[in-house]
Amino acid sequence: MELNTEILVPGAAVEGVCLALSAPISFWGGVDPRSGIIIDARHPQRGLSIAGTILALPGTIGSSSASAVLLELVHAGKAPAALLMDAPDAILLLGLLVAREMGWPTPPALRLPAEQQRPLAGLRLLLSSDGRITEDKVASD
Amino acid sequence: MVELSAAERAIASGAQGAGAAMAMRIVAEAARLMGAPRLIPVASAHIDGALYHGDSGTLFAERLVAGAAKVAVRATLNVGSLGPAGCAAIRLPPHERDMAGRMMRAYEAMGCEPSWTCAPYQAGHRPAQGTDVAWGESNAVVFCNSVLGARTNRYGDFLDIACAIAGRAPDYGLHRPENRVATLLIDVTGLSQALRSSDVFYPVLGTFLGRMAGDAVAVIEGLQGCTTEDRLKALGAAAASAGGVGLFHVAGVTPEAPDAATALGGLPAREQILLTPQEVASTLARLSTAGDTGRVDAVAVGSPHLSLAEIDQIEHLLAGRTLKAPLYANTGRHVLKPLEAQGRRSALESAGVIFVVDTCIVVTPILPEIADAVLMTNSGKFAHYAPGNTGYAVTYGSLGECVESAVAGRLVRERQAWS
Repeated sequence: MELNTEILVPGAAVEGVCLALSAPISFWGGVDPRSGIIIDARHPQRGLSIAGTILALPGTIGSSSASAVLLELVHAGKAPAALLMDAPDAILLLGLLVAREMGWPTPPALRLPAEQQRPLAGLRLLLSSDGRITEDKVASD
Repeated sequence: MVELSAAERAIASGAQGAGAAMAMRIVAEAARLMGAPRLIPVASAHIDGALYHGDSGTLFAERLVAGAAKVAVRATLNVGSLGPAGCAAIRLPPHERDMAGRMMRAYEAMGCEPSWTCAPYQAGHRPAQGTDVAWGESNAVVFCNSVLGARTNRYGDFLDIACAIAGRAPDYGLHRPENRVATLLIDVTGLSQALRSSDVFYPVLGTFLGRMAGDAVAVIEGLQGCTTEDRLKALGAAAASAGGVGLFHVAGVTPEAPDAATALGGLPAREQILLTPQEVASTLARLSTAGDTGRVDAVAVGSPHLSLAEIDQIEHLLAGRTLKAPLYANTGRHVLKPLEAQGRRSALESAGVIFVVDTCIVVTPILPEIADAVLMTNSGKFAHYAPGNTGYAVTYGSLGECVESAVAGRLVRERQAWS
């Protein structure tokens, strides 16, 4: 398997297990900025942590403070290792742009349609710095 | 692909200092992500970013200050997490209090006006129709677009201050006239004149609008002669909490809608929705979460912040009586100052009113922790956010019912036509 994506926010190569959300999420009020745990009571993945995952987002619910939550996650070391987004949510991604300006390690964000995100759920993935996604078979075995 | 002018490129590379460079790069990168072809000048900004969500936001603001960043245009500040004007006690722990205070001072150091209100448009910040501005805070954005006819997108944390420093914003979305045309028509002519002319209807209508429109632009038909500025304020605030509404039109009332056909750009509406009394009833029911209870532990009004006219109404309804349940009156220093000068603040406080100034009860811990507590409010926005942010269940009612309930210390309902 190899997927080519559009790079929204560039970053170094990363690997991690894909957490593919099954419903859109609002970062503000939906993710605890200190722990990275999903706290939205109505979200199907409530209670899971997004920290260190390759987080696949089928959609986001816009809150103007979503960027602040993402920046806080980066600062606290609880951010996802990378974001895969169906559509670029500029408000959310501003959190990554600001993290980069602050000189903090910035997870990359790649654009990947929701229907291509679903089959990645639970897989250990390698993301190259040029936006290619492959399965990390060695680590999975 | 966004193309910067030579001057913008020079600023982004540091010609005017490190802070200005960082701001210009953030605006340019946001423009790239949004698919905006260029940046446009903005006449003013309203900054929502000075509310404390964690230490990183404080460090960002202080980095801008260290880089000698100053706002290039008029920039008012939305509520903060503390209340420097005094009034209600805020229960933030010491570290958070310190970092929230540092953040507020950093924004002031960049030249932002210490307005500390979510109703800047009633505190003297009213951009002219057709001007491009960069405003944050969803209710301020929707009022600015809809009632003033100025043009802004919903600018979130970091981008609001970056635009204010750069004096520029990405050219996309509601800055472009073609995106301000309504595609949805909401017809309220089937409801009684009495309902359409009552304050308590507007947060309900706003909640309905937010659910129906999402981020689409709607025009409402049937409110000619029924609205006041405070009613439009309540309508927009509720719409922006229930959905992603950034702009609505009211036929015959708001500046871009002399009539519905003009607001629709001369095209037939993509969707037409008749607001029925049944829909009003079910939307109204959803605004309350407390269920069938007479309990009222506290009353909160003023989201968006109360105007002087709304304080006049509270005084009139109170008629010299004292309160059994506290009434939290959320407002700005632009209202508190004249109240103080007229000797009205202390009279209201001795009656049991608690002023919450520069901040509000859903953004910072103010309400005491009480098990199973119930908050009564006339605000659609408080009704939306209070359960999650304060732990209080909500009972929605009119301002009259709010004041009577605070006087009685339990729920008091009045006769109100709901069809």
